Amino acid sequence: MEDKVLLRIRNITKIFPGVKALDQVSLQVEVGEVHALVGENGAGKSTLVNIISGVLRPDSGEMTLDQRKYAPANPRESQILGIGFVHQEMALCPHLSIAENVFIGRLPRKLAALADFEKARVETGGLLKKFATDLDPKTKVQELTIANQQIVEIIKALSLDCRLLILDEPTSSLTEAETENLFQIITDLKSRGISILYISHRLSEVFQICDRISVLRDGGLVKTLAVADTSEDEVISQMVGRSIEAFYPAKHPNAGEEILRVEDLSCGKKFQHISFSVRGGEILGLSGLIGAGRSEVARALCGIDRYEKGQVYLYGKKIRFNNSYEAIQSKIAYLTENRKTEGLFLKLAIKTNIVVTSLKTITRRKLVDRGKEESLTRKYIEILRIKTAGLQQKVLNLSGGNQQKVMVAKWLAINPVVLFMDEPTRGIDVGAKTEIHYLMRELCNRGIGIVLISSELPEIIGMCDRVIVMNEGLKTGELVGEEITEENIMRLAAAKKNKIA
Amino acid sequence: MDRNLGEQTIKRGLEKEGMLAFLGKAFALREFTLFVIIILCSVVLSFFTPHFLTGANISTTAIGLAADGIIAVGMTVALVLGGFDLSVGSVMALSGVVAGSLYLSGVNIWLAAFVALIFGMLCGLINGYFIGHVGLNPFITTLGMMSIARGASYVLTQGSPLSLPGIARSFKFIGGGRILGFPVMVLIYVLIVIIMDFALRRSTALRQVFYVGSNEKAASLSGINVSKVKTGVFFLTGTLAAITGILTLSRFTVAAPNAGMSAEMRAIAACVIGGASLSGGEGTIIGSALGVILLALVNNALILLNVSVYWQDLITGMILISAVLLDFFTHRSSFLHK
Repeated sequence: MEDKVLLRIRNITKIFPGVKALDQVSLQVEVGEVHALVGENGAGKSTLVNIISGVLRPDSGEMTLDQRKYAPANPRESQILGIGFVHQEMALCPHLSIAENVFIGRLPRKLAALADFEKARVETGGLLKKFATDLDPKTKVQELTIANQQIVEIIKALSLDCRLLILDEPTSSLTEAETENLFQIITDLKSRGISILYISHRLSEVFQICDRISVLRDGGLVKTLAVADTSEDEVISQMVGRSIEAFYPAKHPNAGEEILRVEDLSCGKKFQHISFSVRGGEILGLSGLIGAGRSEVARALCGIDRYEKGQVYLYGKKIRFNNSYEAIQSKIAYLTENRKTEGLFLKLAIKTNIVVTSLKTITRRKLVDRGKEESLTRKYIEILRIKTAGLQQKVLNLSGGNQQKVMVAKWLAINPVVLFMDEPTRGIDVGAKTEIHYLMRELCNRGIGIVLISSELPEIIGMCDRVIVMNEGLKTGELVGEEITEENIMRLAAAKKNKIA
Repeated sequence: MDRNLGEQTIKRGLEKEGMLAFLGKAFALREFTLFVIIILCSVVLSFFTPHFLTGANISTTAIGLAADGIIAVGMTVALVLGGFDLSVGSVMALSGVVAGSLYLSGVNIWLAAFVALIFGMLCGLINGYFIGHVGLNPFITTLGMMSIARGASYVLTQGSPLSLPGIARSFKFIGGGRILGFPVMVLIYVLIVIIMDFALRRSTALRQVFYVGSNEKAASLSGINVSKVKTGVFFLTGTLAAITGILTLSRFTVAAPNAGMSAEMRAIAACVIGGASLSGGEGTIIGSALGVILLALVNNALILLNVSVYWQDLITGMILISAVLLDFFTHRSSFLHK
């Protein structure tokens, strides 16, 4: 048993100012096993793999690699010792070729200081063939799909003779076919005795590909489970520390008055002839494949982008928003899908983030009224149960789920009548996701109309009272109640244009 | 806003930990560190040269730094916005020259100064229009304005300074007078710092600058009128530059076309030393003022210690880089913290 262990982690503790990110974590990765690391955002997964790969140093505890003491001082040292790390956000140089990326920083040399590109190409070509890809090592990385870029990252790690490969959320931007291909590669690597540390939110994948699962919660290791002896439900309850009986709150049977009506909305090729209405107390889903035009419709309605033709009525009155400010004045909110690039002010405090939409209400004689600012912030931190060290904490230092809640808070602060939520639970942990789902239903019960845009079919099916399906910029159908099934949505999402008219 | 965080940190430090830990946390506050450095420098300097602690030396140094200081106030706000204004030094010169030329052609000096102020505001508005509404890059736009304003100053003066004989005493008072022994120009500077520091922390209008500087897209989607905020900030930098130009004119009673040469660079350096970030969303007026004071103090030291003035730029540069390095090492851990 002992000699099978590749990496042994013993009592690792890491403390950041104000947070114990890891608390006495111990686990072992065996030779040739696929070991999953799961946990909610903020559970300590990233910190742990950053320690393994030498980005961070632990405050206490030790690691051994092949029975030898292992304490990498930097990522480069960990690479030399055989640890490969494929980051969630790809760390490739888009303007360089595959070969140059694989050999980045250590291109083989020939005469004097000249790089031997030929040798790099041949070696890269050899590695690419092993994965049965027909990629040309000379291709520039920017021309590759995300899946192929990931393969380049994996090859880069393998070319360094890696024995432990860390994959951080590898499937988050892959299609199903690409995911299958990746699993093929993982199986192949495993048969060659390479160990894999697999970080993912998607439990179904973890169960499909992994041998053992280590569950982290609040910086501590809860348990390491063998996949064969456990179930998804058990893992989820270990992750959140309680069992989640139902993922989705009960639906609300009767919707109220119509709040927003859209007629024949068109904008070039982005979307055409879109008509629908949003009623108070209902969750309306906008479904369809990525690129079907769902977000575009919502953004145009909320004054962020333009539309060319069509009418919008708010409480029966014709209206058109030219910018977000006007939409906010009419209490129409759009929760963006791009949390970091257009949702949050990462460098600013939680408090400052939440009040941004309510500057008018917290202003007295041109000055920010600190009392009002604080009470408003506290109110929403409580409602949304945002976990924070204080109102002044920078949003940057929050976990993904809590960041998402801060974004929701700033929109709730305007007391919206219609709330567009674009991918509101993407990339956040199970616990926060459920909390947001329950909150959405509660808002509905108070009479708000919610429009949910989601690429996750179970979320659309579990949450929505009514669903509009789009394909290639057109509305291909509307489903109500029992009709909302995976089959029906997929059929409409793939419907051809000529079928609709 | 950062200062609030600092104050909280200090409070917590006092409650929970000992004096050492408290000092460690206080030093994480840029303003406090700067303040201590300035005091230390002054103490050391007064040992080396008895002339340093004389009223005459201190008030001359203070008058000298007031001009750079007022410009740095505007620059801080521009940096918080995530931009900067390279034209401030030239706009300062232009406003002095406009006022001077008008005065020489017979216009009342106060009216001339008012017109010069309008000129400076216009320069700021033009910058603001191109940056905020058209969407041009602040570097290029203000670089262009820097050249235009400087060029206009040379054209108006034919290249040589205009001396203004017989100027009204009341006008000379704002740049050269004293109230209870304090130089008026320094009092004006202190007043501007106090008002603007408060406004940047507390006013809703300037709060919006932090939002735009931190994430422009998010600010826009949250209903903030980004174009208006940007225009407003460059209006402010232009206005403060014009005020500086008029005060300098009053102080020397000479309208020099080369006034405020590279004032924009000194201002940016002082702001960054004071904790502002070129990537926006951070900075305080007090911090920038302390930065200006530190740079002025070092220059004063060089003069008193009979070091060649040519060392000034070299040492300013070294202080700037040290400040950025300090920032990097004190804040690096928080960047890695996820």
